[in-house]
Amino acid sequence: MSRGSKPAAPAATVSGQPPTWLRRTILIVLCGLFLVPLIAMFEFTLRQQGGGYGVEHWTALVDPENSRMYRNLVKGIGNSLLLAVITVGIVWVLFLPTIVLVHLQFPRLARAFELLTVLPIAIPAIVLVVGLAPLYRIIVQVLGGDIWTLALAYGILVLPFAYRAIVSELQGMGAKTLVEAARSLGASWFTVLWRVIVPGVRRGLTSATLITAAVVLGEFTVSSLLNRVTLQVALVEVSKSDPYAAVITSLLSLVIVFVLLFGFASIRPRGQRVRRPPRPVQQKKEVGTHG
Amino acid sequence: MMKWLGLTPFALYVLIFLAVPSVLAIGTGFFGADGSFTFGNFATLTDPIVLGSFWASIWISALTAVVGAILGGLLSFALTGAKPGGALRRAIDSASSVLAQFGGVMLAFAFIATIGIQGLVTVTLRDTFGIDIFAEGVWLYQLPGLILPYLYFQVPLMVIVFLPAMESLRREWAEASATLGGGAFTYWSRIAGPILAPSFLGALLLLFANAFSSYATAAALISQGAQIVPLQIRSALIAETGASRANTAGALALGMLLVMLVVMIGYSALQRRAARWQR
Repeated sequence: MSRGSKPAAPAATVSGQPPTWLRRTILIVLCGLFLVPLIAMFEFTLRQQGGGYGVEHWTALVDPENSRMYRNLVKGIGNSLLLAVITVGIVWVLFLPTIVLVHLQFPRLARAFELLTVLPIAIPAIVLVVGLAPLYRIIVQVLGGDIWTLALAYGILVLPFAYRAIVSELQGMGAKTLVEAARSLGASWFTVLWRVIVPGVRRGLTSATLITAAVVLGEFTVSSLLNRVTLQVALVEVSKSDPYAAVITSLLSLVIVFVLLFGFASIRPRGQRVRRPPRPVQQKKEVGTHG
Repeated sequence: MMKWLGLTPFALYVLIFLAVPSVLAIGTGFFGADGSFTFGNFATLTDPIVLGSFWASIWISALTAVVGAILGGLLSFALTGAKPGGALRRAIDSASSVLAQFGGVMLAFAFIATIGIQGLVTVTLRDTFGIDIFAEGVWLYQLPGLILPYLYFQVPLMVIVFLPAMESLRREWAEASATLGGGAFTYWSRIAGPILAPSFLGALLLLFANAFSSYATAAALISQGAQIVPLQIRSALIAETGASRANTAGALALGMLLVMLVVMIGYSALQRRAARWQR
């Protein structure tokens, strides 16, 4: 393995490509470090009351006898799932049509719109909640104090992620031509949206849906300061009396969301490569509309 | 005319749930508890404790942004050789999303289980190597305790933001440099380095903004005191004294927004420069 003494093969290592051993070392060291907290969580959940290892904390979590203790946690999980579904609904019913409309009908608004979608990142949730608190005092009077109203605030939090995921697919599918074709054949706007756009941005929409669900299920700032019981709020609550239950639930949540995202990333889009216009054409077009 | 109508639902929604809360958040800072206009609340921004929390927020964000950017940059560098659709890339992409966008509170628990008083690493170091990481007191529930959990979401965010820039480096550039006799050092210092610099600095600012606005991890970890600005806002919002403190929260919110504004302006300037090479 005399790598260095072979100047006769320059093509093997172009200087831009990291050498394999270096790549492997960095990957193994960093990934190894990142696994430590997860392993520690798992080890923590297996500790028995009197020392040694066992599954008593895992079985305690599903024991009907403890159901009162974990009532809030179950409620938080239910609330968070409901909020995720409603927020995804907001993305589908409100954001998607608006993004499509701006993209196709108001290309001049596109930059301002993009700037708008960056605002929820520039304005931290902890700042927004200062203004949401008085707003929700009014909302409670008008719409009632049910948990679903929180999804209205969550829509804003996921807007940047949803926008980015959808708009990149929209640009990739060459929406303008397809929509003009469908319109000229007499399709209504709703038909265009549902039968042309949605199938075209399916991948972006799925990733917007997943990231929306992930952000909502992980949300803590707004819900805790508005005194709503969500998964994360309940986790902090239960951790004070039963850290094992909190760590088990956290570990499970992290693993489940990882598996969902990984599973989605593994689905190969059917025939996508063939259907898409080749990249250079699409980019040239993009430059053209900007200029 | 009809087509403008299509924008109204979204416009109304953004008005009520983004514009109104933002204006309220900033606005409350300008009113006293009795509802009269005042600049008095901003006196809180000169309070040594509040100033200290701003300083703490800034240095912890800067520290975790720099270290996170370097480690995340290294990881991105190592990943450029991996196949884009391969299992390794998919696993790292998904894991990065989970840690950067979903973690929050749960990352605090992860580190309590790792370097808490009874944590796996704490106990292993103490019993096997005789090293007591808390010899000078338990720092996990204090400001320094935030550093490792923050890095746990900063490094993945760096990978999400920086990997695309890393991948936009064309193989041809490296080949051209090699053909002309340039070695690895020339390539990285004269070609790849300058091209990546705006992306890297932009990502660094985004990481800073991310840590600066982060609340969940700190709130779950630190239950006593308010060492960073978001925790100052928490204690102002849930104070038992009521309305008067809500105005303090408004003043703190404005202070945070000013810092964010500077950071985001820098970010967008760098973003524009970086975009040149990603066409």
